[in-house]
Amino acid sequence: MTDRISQSGWRAWLTSDTPTSRRQAKLSSWYHGWLAFRGNPMAMFGLGILIFLILVAIFAPLIAPHDPLAQDLGNRLKPLGESGHLLGTDSLGRDILSRLIYGARITLYIVILVALIAPVVGLFIGTVAGYTGGIIDAILMRITDIFLAFPRLVLALAFVAALGAGIENAVLAIALTAWPPYARIARAETLTIRNSDYISAVRLQGAGPLRIITKHIWPLCLSSLIVRVTLDMAGIILAAAGLGFLGMGAQPPTPEWGAMISEGRRFILDHWWVATMPGLAIFTVSLAFNLLGDGLRDVLDPKDGGS
Amino acid sequence: MNAIDISDLNVWFGKGRDRVDAVRNVSLTLAQGGSLGLVGESGSGKSTILRALTGLAPNWTGQMAVVGETLGRRRTRSFYQTVQMVFQDPYASLHPRHSIDQVLSETLTLHGYRDIEPRIEKLLADVGLGPSFRFRYPHQLSGGQRQRVAIARALAPEPAILLLDEPTSALDVSVQAEILNLLTDIRAERNLSYMMVSHDLAVVGHMCERIAVMQNGEIVETMSVDDMRAMRMTHPYSKHLLSASMGVQTDDILSDL
Amino acid sequence: MSLLDVENLWVKFPTRTGVFDAVRGISFSLGQERLGIVGESGSGKSMTGRAILKLIRPPGQIIADRIAIEGEDIIAMNERQMRKVRGERISMVMQDPKFSLNPVMTVGNQIMEAYRIHTRSSKTEAKRKALEMLEAVSIRDQERVFRAYPHEMSGGMGQRIMIAMMLIPDPRILIADEPTSALDVSVQTQVLSIIDRLVKERGMGLIFISHDLNLVSSFCDRVLIMYSGRIVETCRADKLHEAQHPYTRGLLNSLPRLDAPNRRLEVLQRDPAWRDAPSVSGRI
Repeated sequence: MTDRISQSGWRAWLTSDTPTSRRQAKLSSWYHGWLAFRGNPMAMFGLGILIFLILVAIFAPLIAPHDPLAQDLGNRLKPLGESGHLLGTDSLGRDILSRLIYGARITLYIVILVALIAPVVGLFIGTVAGYTGGIIDAILMRITDIFLAFPRLVLALAFVAALGAGIENAVLAIALTAWPPYARIARAETLTIRNSDYISAVRLQGAGPLRIITKHIWPLCLSSLIVRVTLDMAGIILAAAGLGFLGMGAQPPTPEWGAMISEGRRFILDHWWVATMPGLAIFTVSLAFNLLGDGLRDVLDPKDGGS
Repeated sequence: MNAIDISDLNVWFGKGRDRVDAVRNVSLTLAQGGSLGLVGESGSGKSTILRALTGLAPNWTGQMAVVGETLGRRRTRSFYQTVQMVFQDPYASLHPRHSIDQVLSETLTLHGYRDIEPRIEKLLADVGLGPSFRFRYPHQLSGGQRQRVAIARALAPEPAILLLDEPTSALDVSVQAEILNLLTDIRAERNLSYMMVSHDLAVVGHMCERIAVMQNGEIVETMSVDDMRAMRMTHPYSKHLLSASMGVQTDDILSDL
Repeated sequence: MSLLDVENLWVKFPTRTGVFDAVRGISFSLGQERLGIVGESGSGKSMTGRAILKLIRPPGQIIADRIAIEGEDIIAMNERQMRKVRGERISMVMQDPKFSLNPVMTVGNQIMEAYRIHTRSSKTEAKRKALEMLEAVSIRDQERVFRAYPHEMSGGMGQRIMIAMMLIPDPRILIADEPTSALDVSVQTQVLSIIDRLVKERGMGLIFISHDLNLVSSFCDRVLIMYSGRIVETCRADKLHEAQHPYTRGLLNSLPRLDAPNRRLEVLQRDPAWRDAPSVSGRI
């Protein structure tokens, strides 16, 4: 009983139209966003899958039934469910389920690193180019064009070839090829924000370009970038898997999903599950990110006033 | 000494073939404590004068002086402590992600004030908003409330001159009355000088003592508000504008054209 | 028989916190006249105009006992039948022509399309009719305008083109939602006189939605004054300045006046009772 009262008290506090402190105002606007997000079942489904993925990655050693690296040549290429291997085994007799569970860590690692590098670089370059304009804009945007002119995977391959194979280099290569679209978006947003009255108003208070870009333009660009990043996540996972598939990403015996597909490719006709299971995992996570992105777009799009 | 002295001001946008001369050879003065209204139709250059004055329109020639100080290419912080502006559309002039508190405290910080808390409360009270508004976001406010916030922001550095760019044209008439009354009171309390741009002669007539009529970037006539009320104007365009605003029957105006 | 008869019209929008009623049970009729609907933003005046055309998007709902055009009830009509009603029998001119005209299509093609959707006529016939219509809205150089793109037109010109487009299928009723508030005063009067002339010549009914009391009082025959989704008062337009309701009086008095200067303007004091008072009928 008291529980319910205190809960409704919280809700009233969060949805109050007259917040009494900075913290309450901030939390309340977050809560309204969450309410809008919660109303979208597909986005909630996507979020659910990703939370599940994160939990799996954290508790991998507890969940995994077998050692992902332990080979058992006597038990190679066992089909689903046979001799205690729920999803079967691969060509070296390793348990596919355990490899998928540990692979979730690598997938998350890639996703987080790319999400930390590419949009930040893009945001910085895009807003600076958009706000300053003139020669700086021209130089920065031509550089962006050069990056955009290459097919992403080919450019990433070239980077990896130069830097050496390995998961960190694969992440770096993907990030380096992923930022130009973000720069483009950030610049386009900046161009419309730049001439708005609220920017003029803060200029009339004597604010300099650095303050205007970081405090006034970034918060507005951020939401569309977050949406775009979540929608691109599927592509990033696929690019990482692609690099893994081509042998340029994670190196054996690391249980990276793309590398697992590449390995299973050789047996795809007789032992379909070896390639299919990691494929399904990639598919599910990509789909989850797309659903989440769609939901976030509805919540974060500043054109709806955020109310 | 005048609050604002402008002589031979030219302002243009674009260059080469796309150059548009928005303001041409405009000279005007605003006495200290006085109020001047600029009226004209869209594209007549009335807002552009305000933008050139505040440094938002960079391409200009001529002389502009504020309280005796000649303006150069760049505006100093002390300029922004003398001159502030209220924009036309209160829905566009407040950052959508900043709470009222953020807007005012940033403004006060930029002008180097230390006692921010009491000042925010005083500013809100001065524009007729209670303390309960302080932590709201713009989308939680009505148009009139937003415009009050914009006025509070303009008053924050305690300016001597307020530029008003169609401050009520986006508002309902009943809200317009409230905002105009507020502006009248503030001006009396703080002995401010106003320069107001509007397409609505009745609003300008209500707020200002002198009126300049603009057409195609030029001032065609300057008169006192009493002259305007008595229809003592010489330029045909001013006459036309006034008769259109007086709500004269449609047919009369058409035959007049 | 009146051109339009609306009885007990509601427009509802479900929100997270409950149902928001934008229009709350209004009734009015329209003959061959110029009917003004005035009110402030949020009074429901635009929603009323859109509801008559059934242009409220879901989840918004239109509920009415009756919306009859020349005696025919449109409440039960489906979207396909409504498409025939829109344009042929009722048309609407919106506030800003910039957003209502297709930017990548020439003016002539847009007007011709508006005509051919409803008449299945030949191209030459449509073109002849379009040029005729451009002439009817006082455009002098019709051939040039016919070939031009919307962005080459000024605001006043754009609004005339909109009017031409909306009137070419020869509707019986025109709804004009703030048709001149994006225009300068001098252009405003020209556009208004064009609307006025066409409505008179064709014996149409006009619903003129505006926030500008002076404009409505000089331009219309009859006025409905709306406040928070209801009609609070109706009167003859030329008698608007003698209106009785405190809301109407408050709106009139809050306007600054050139002929009667005063230092402070009167501020409208809203009475909660206005909201709950039953809607006045706007039927004749």
